[in-house]
Amino acid sequence: MSSTVELADLKHATDVQKVKERIRNVQRMLVEMTSSMGVHLGSSLSCLEIIATLYFLKMRHTPHRPQWKERDRFILSKGHAAPVLYAVLAEAGYFPKEELRTLKRIDSRLQGHPDLKTPGVDAPSGSLGQGISIGIGMAVAAKMRGSRSRVYVLAGDGECDEGQVWESLMTAAHLRLGNLVLIIDRNGWQLDDRTEEVKRKVPLRSKLESFGWETYSINGHDVEKIVEVLDAAERAEQPVAIIAHTKKGKGISFLEDSNKGHKLKLSEEEYLAAIKELEMKAKCA
Amino acid sequence: MRVAFGEGLIEIGGENEDLVVLTADVAKPTHVIGFGERFPHRFLNVGIAEQDMVDVAAGLALSEKVPVAVAFAPFMMRAWEQVRSTISRCSLNVKLVGTHAGLSASDEGASHQSLEDVALMRVLPNMTVVVPGDREEVKEATRAIVESRGPAYMRIGRDEDARFLEEGFRLGRAAVLRDGSDVVVFSNGYLTSEVLKAAEGAPVDAMVVHVPTVKPLDAGAVVSAARRAGAVICVEEHSVIGGLGSAVSELLSAECPVYVRRMGVGDTFGESGTYRELLEKHRLTAPHIREAMVKAAGRRGKR
Repeated sequence: MSSTVELADLKHATDVQKVKERIRNVQRMLVEMTSSMGVHLGSSLSCLEIIATLYFLKMRHTPHRPQWKERDRFILSKGHAAPVLYAVLAEAGYFPKEELRTLKRIDSRLQGHPDLKTPGVDAPSGSLGQGISIGIGMAVAAKMRGSRSRVYVLAGDGECDEGQVWESLMTAAHLRLGNLVLIIDRNGWQLDDRTEEVKRKVPLRSKLESFGWETYSINGHDVEKIVEVLDAAERAEQPVAIIAHTKKGKGISFLEDSNKGHKLKLSEEEYLAAIKELEMKAKCA
Repeated sequence: MRVAFGEGLIEIGGENEDLVVLTADVAKPTHVIGFGERFPHRFLNVGIAEQDMVDVAAGLALSEKVPVAVAFAPFMMRAWEQVRSTISRCSLNVKLVGTHAGLSASDEGASHQSLEDVALMRVLPNMTVVVPGDREEVKEATRAIVESRGPAYMRIGRDEDARFLEEGFRLGRAAVLRDGSDVVVFSNGYLTSEVLKAAEGAPVDAMVVHVPTVKPLDAGAVVSAARRAGAVICVEEHSVIGGLGSAVSELLSAECPVYVRRMGVGDTFGESGTYRELLEKHRLTAPHIREAMVKAAGRRGKR
């Protein structure tokens, strides 16, 4: 009995290790993309571990068959973090990594904000506040089909200013959608300033709880914790909200927890510094 | 109109397992409540939340369902940006139906009247826009948009219950209801019945063409009628800016530049009153249309 548990633990540890390796690949891809085009690097890095854990470990999906009906769905409601979604999809095998170079270029399948043109993108976004509603439609459709398909929505904390977010929070709780998970990337920044300066969000957790969601609060950069909470979410009978505390620009020290990386193109010097830092960290891992 | 729409939905729902109806706390006045009672597992009332409703419909369409989202036409406009950024941008298979359209919410006043919805929906790429006016046509148009692929918007009035069509509705097709050679009137919605009344007994020979599909416009029928008559009037229960009159003018300015008179609600909001009083105030009843026919016929062949 105990050896079975140990084996399972070992497998889990190996899986997590693999996710971490792939996260480093994706970080590198993001820095490469930001060296040639202005992108939302900071808000991409804040939710990297979450998206990577979903695609590389948690979700049931088939990159060779993106339209598989029984797949789990992912909606990037904070569409400006599109670069990290694209890099994760490329790393997962939805399209060649070289294609990342075409990001935001004319005629590219990789639009500035998510679009159905991109293999693996389950929902369009870019205009904030809509992802939870779209996720409700998908979760309802899955229930109607009797499918065990699950729906994950990633929203920004700034995005919670949108009224539609709260409309949809009420709807999902009313429908008791236990197959719907909302993750809020709580990086504390929005376009103009710190979130609490622009419009107060706290107490976010009790707001979500009072709307009828089973709510968790975690460190959004800790892969083990992300897996643990997503496992717990599978046992829920109501929608689950996860407040993932994160740092904008995580992993690149000159961007961390600042609004510099909201949208930027790295200079040659910054690019080299970022790559050097990532390589150092990879060696220490 | 609403009753026919509700009946039509139940009919189609019995045949199409993927049909899902959504509404925003207006199940009773829009008459979709019958569908909800018949198919409760395929019916969603999201409460007073049009933006949420429209995107829930988008999610259903992304999972191969055929959602029909129903609200009062003026409040469907509240979700316009969601329709633009999510549904029309990706050509999702979502059907939107706005009831109480035009001046038909009458006594409720300007907040509840929708005179801009056709313009707002028509400007969106991929969107089909349908304005039926005949009771049976409403049912057929509902079926047609459900069976077609891609996003569609249908607007219907509240109470008026006209019957003027002999042949059925065909998506994208205009119907010549009366032939004539002095002037042609393009119209849609309930007002086509006023136009027909106006044409009977008019001192000029008026052609009447019902144009229930505003987008894609039946360009062939519109141009050939305009060529034959040489003068054009457009009549609709909508702002004169952006609706059927605009669509016809945009086409004819290139293909057959003739005199075009747009009749509708001027650049203004509505107000409370009975439906007939409002039509009269905005000069959308048969006598006013007849008067316009005479004037337009006089402009025939002149630029």
